[in-house]
Amino acid sequence: MRGLSWPVRQRRATPSVTTLTRQQCAWLLAAAALSLAPHVSWLPAWIMGFGFALLGWRSLLLWRGSAPPPRLVLLALAIAAAISVRAEFDHFFGKDPGVALLALLLGLKLLEVRVTRDALAVVLLCFFLQLSLFFEDQSIPVAGLALAATLSGLAAMASLSDANGRAREQLRTGTLLVAQGAPFMVLLFMLFPRADGPLWGLPADAFSGRTGLSDTMSPGSISALGESSEIVFRADFDGPPPRPDQRYWRGPVLTDFDGRTWRPRAFAEGAAPFYTVYGPRLNYTLTLEPHNRRWLLALDVPAAGADARLFTSDFQLLARQPVQSRIRVELASHPESLIGLTESDAVLAAARRLPAAFNPRTLALADELAAGAESHEAILRRVITHLRQSELIYTLRPPLLGSDSVDEFLFDTRRGFCEHFAGAFTVLMRAAGVPARVVTGYQGGEINPIDGNLVVRQSHAHAWSEVWLEGRGWVRVDPTALSAPRRIDDGLAAALPEGEALPIMMHPRMEWLRGLRLRWEAVSNAWNQRVLGYNPQRQKELLARLGLDQGSSWMLGGAIAGAGALLFGLLLWWATRKRRPADPLERVWMRFCTTLARHGIARQAWEGPHQFGTRIASEASMPSATREAIRAVCEDYARLRYGPKCSADDMRALRTRINAIRLP
Amino acid sequence: MRGQLDRWLFRLGAPERGPIELVQRRIYVLPSRAGLVFAVALVVMLLASINYGLSLGYGLVFLLSGAGIASILHAYRNLLGLRLRPGRCEPVFCGETASFLLVVENARATRRPALCLRLGKQRTAFELAPGETREVPVLAPTHRRGLTQPGRMVLETCWPLGLIRAWTVFVPDMPCVVYPAPEGAPPPLPPEGEAEGRERAASRPGDDDFAGLRAHQRADSPRHVAWKVLARGGPLLTKQFSGEAGGDLSLDWAQLPAHLDIEARLSRLTAWLLAAERSGRRYALRLPRVACAAGHGHEHLHRCLRELALHGTGQPENAR
Repeated sequence: MRGLSWPVRQRRATPSVTTLTRQQCAWLLAAAALSLAPHVSWLPAWIMGFGFALLGWRSLLLWRGSAPPPRLVLLALAIAAAISVRAEFDHFFGKDPGVALLALLLGLKLLEVRVTRDALAVVLLCFFLQLSLFFEDQSIPVAGLALAATLSGLAAMASLSDANGRAREQLRTGTLLVAQGAPFMVLLFMLFPRADGPLWGLPADAFSGRTGLSDTMSPGSISALGESSEIVFRADFDGPPPRPDQRYWRGPVLTDFDGRTWRPRAFAEGAAPFYTVYGPRLNYTLTLEPHNRRWLLALDVPAAGADARLFTSDFQLLARQPVQSRIRVELASHPESLIGLTESDAVLAAARRLPAAFNPRTLALADELAAGAESHEAILRRVITHLRQSELIYTLRPPLLGSDSVDEFLFDTRRGFCEHFAGAFTVLMRAAGVPARVVTGYQGGEINPIDGNLVVRQSHAHAWSEVWLEGRGWVRVDPTALSAPRRIDDGLAAALPEGEALPIMMHPRMEWLRGLRLRWEAVSNAWNQRVLGYNPQRQKELLARLGLDQGSSWMLGGAIAGAGALLFGLLLWWATRKRRPADPLERVWMRFCTTLARHGIARQAWEGPHQFGTRIASEASMPSATREAIRAVCEDYARLRYGPKCSADDMRALRTRINAIRLP
Repeated sequence: MRGQLDRWLFRLGAPERGPIELVQRRIYVLPSRAGLVFAVALVVMLLASINYGLSLGYGLVFLLSGAGIASILHAYRNLLGLRLRPGRCEPVFCGETASFLLVVENARATRRPALCLRLGKQRTAFELAPGETREVPVLAPTHRRGLTQPGRMVLETCWPLGLIRAWTVFVPDMPCVVYPAPEGAPPPLPPEGEAEGRERAASRPGDDDFAGLRAHQRADSPRHVAWKVLARGGPLLTKQFSGEAGGDLSLDWAQLPAHLDIEARLSRLTAWLLAAERSGRRYALRLPRVACAAGHGHEHLHRCLRELALHGTGQPENAR
């Protein structure tokens, strides 16, 4: 008996130098860089810098062929990274710090990785980082980048299991896998049951950083949006779109004014509209980009519809939840309806209230205009006439205003954007005793000729006024249109005076660029509708069209399994099928042999071409010309096969010779 | 237990002699550990996509799952159609490591990367070029003399993504002759046999003393070529040596001390055979049932060693 020795389970020792080949490392680096790079617009600059510095360090080590840095250094770096992330975001648990940590972890893991076993973790981190990209942006270019990163990740995995393959082979393997995985993706994408809403509470920062209309208005708040061509929503009308002067998309209604800022007043919400609709009806589908607010920006004024929305007493249309993902709503509007015919006294009183001791010159002007007027309509006409004659200038870059902002705008600077016009007009009307309020929203929109959708951008943000008149209710007045009438018909660019610097996209000479943009936006819209907007409801519609009972999850599971098995079967057929010989000479010879076999002249498996030809030549049952021809082909084949070289001419001669044979 | 499982699950039975073609029913596919980790990661990504309503997140997860599913077939296809044949296996002394050579033939016009042949804990990684046939060695320690079969071998691959392991199990019939281990410090060779050896001693070729030159034959070892003669411009000649003078040895089982058991006897005879061969003398081996006539040389040595290896094992003495 040998000495007592306990079997000691040894931890597999990790080598001190990396056993990864250069190619494997290069693939990992490529996947990491491609996954990290698109985050540049969202992650803080220092995190991107840190991440890429780690990648660069790794590349340097790879290039020099030196060993990874010691564990202790990496540990220190990891702790430093965690502390910095904590300092940057003030918390650890959330989307943004999570993504930041993921980016740094990827760099650190990549530095640490020594054997192929660890390298899988790097690839998985890359995939996670690609997923986190979709928190911020799911557009086509981002999808393309993610696809490229996925491809390099798969190629990296392929190179990890096959260290000796060439880079092109790894890429080919990755591409083939993506191509073969794509049908499964389409199948699962369509049939995998979609859930409504989150599974658990989302962190507070899940939908941060959306720009757009706010629920207050002060001078400069809307002109800040004028430069942005970001899309707010798209409207697809069933019939012809409304006239430009009817394209008022209603947002927050602002009643309370403190001398500088307009704020909304509390309003009631109900499932039915607070008015009776009247006149022609416009049906359309609105695709609203997420803005993290509840307003749906319906065209004035929306008719009753599905129950997922609420009507307010100031005639807005609201969603029940803030719009946090792109939604599609079927809407109808009646532009000629009268609204607010029976308005409560409280609302009217609030719509007359003005802060004391502000804008004295405006108050005096209002008194002057209201003097002797027999009705509110008459006052309205006089105010409109006054504004039209006072030659106010519409500009994207209004000068800054002091505390009596309306006075300064009307009498001193005389330059303003729509919020100045709407604010000044409303103050004038209130000072003259007429109930008035500011409405913000979007005005206008451009028709994309490619898909016929009306596209409304942030630069279409607008503010106008509503005046309450006895017997007519709330009447829309757009003071901007008085000074710059082309703003309403032809858009912002046309309304601005000559010489005003325009955002580049609005420049008349950039027509081709706008055309390109329209085309691109039509494609993006299709992408948004079909791919990103694929939600539980659309899935139900699709399943109903496919004839699958939507209530039965068994049936859905069966459909997935059945179609998946079919796809798998196709792949299996691909995997097991026999390839025909790659060599053309071999192909010709095999075909020749098969043809002969069909005529009862089979070549035995052990017979070489020479032997076969000799045997055929000695068979008495065939005409001698045929026998000789077959023998000649066999000799030819043997010569080409085993001879020094086989040119294209030789091949052609062999084919001609075969074709010339007349078989019995 | 293992054998039962093998028989039931992998339909393994007696060692297979002929070429084994890896057809559909011989290849098994299951996820590797990395594959399970990958699946867990995908589930986490899917949950995140559901929670945040990320359409493209669904897309990414499903694309990766699709690629994972496709990789099953790639792994399977990497083994499909391979042809395995038992190859050579050099005899070894007991306690040494035997090297079993398996001939693997790739008839396909594509490369077969990342293959691995496993025998117990020993693994040999290799790959096959298009149309290549290669002898793949796999090592195994030996513990008993006699004919040893390598037993259950596994040929596996984790290509292309490392997530799926495709493998096949087979028992090739490639017996390896394991000679008895030579005794560590054997007593000196027994005294020479009788006069019969002396008569032929002078004419017997050997390795020790230079005896003259003769015309070169192609089978002659290059070590024995008379290079100096050739360098002087002479003909290609072979140096001839004569063996050390001495009579034939007779290594007889029956003459060993009675207290030795069978294995000890075999060990000693093995050591003596080696010593006798080194000494350059002719030697004969006598075992209870078989006898090898006196002879000399590599072939003779191995014939004798083989008899020792197979002694009393009941294995057919003419096998391989």
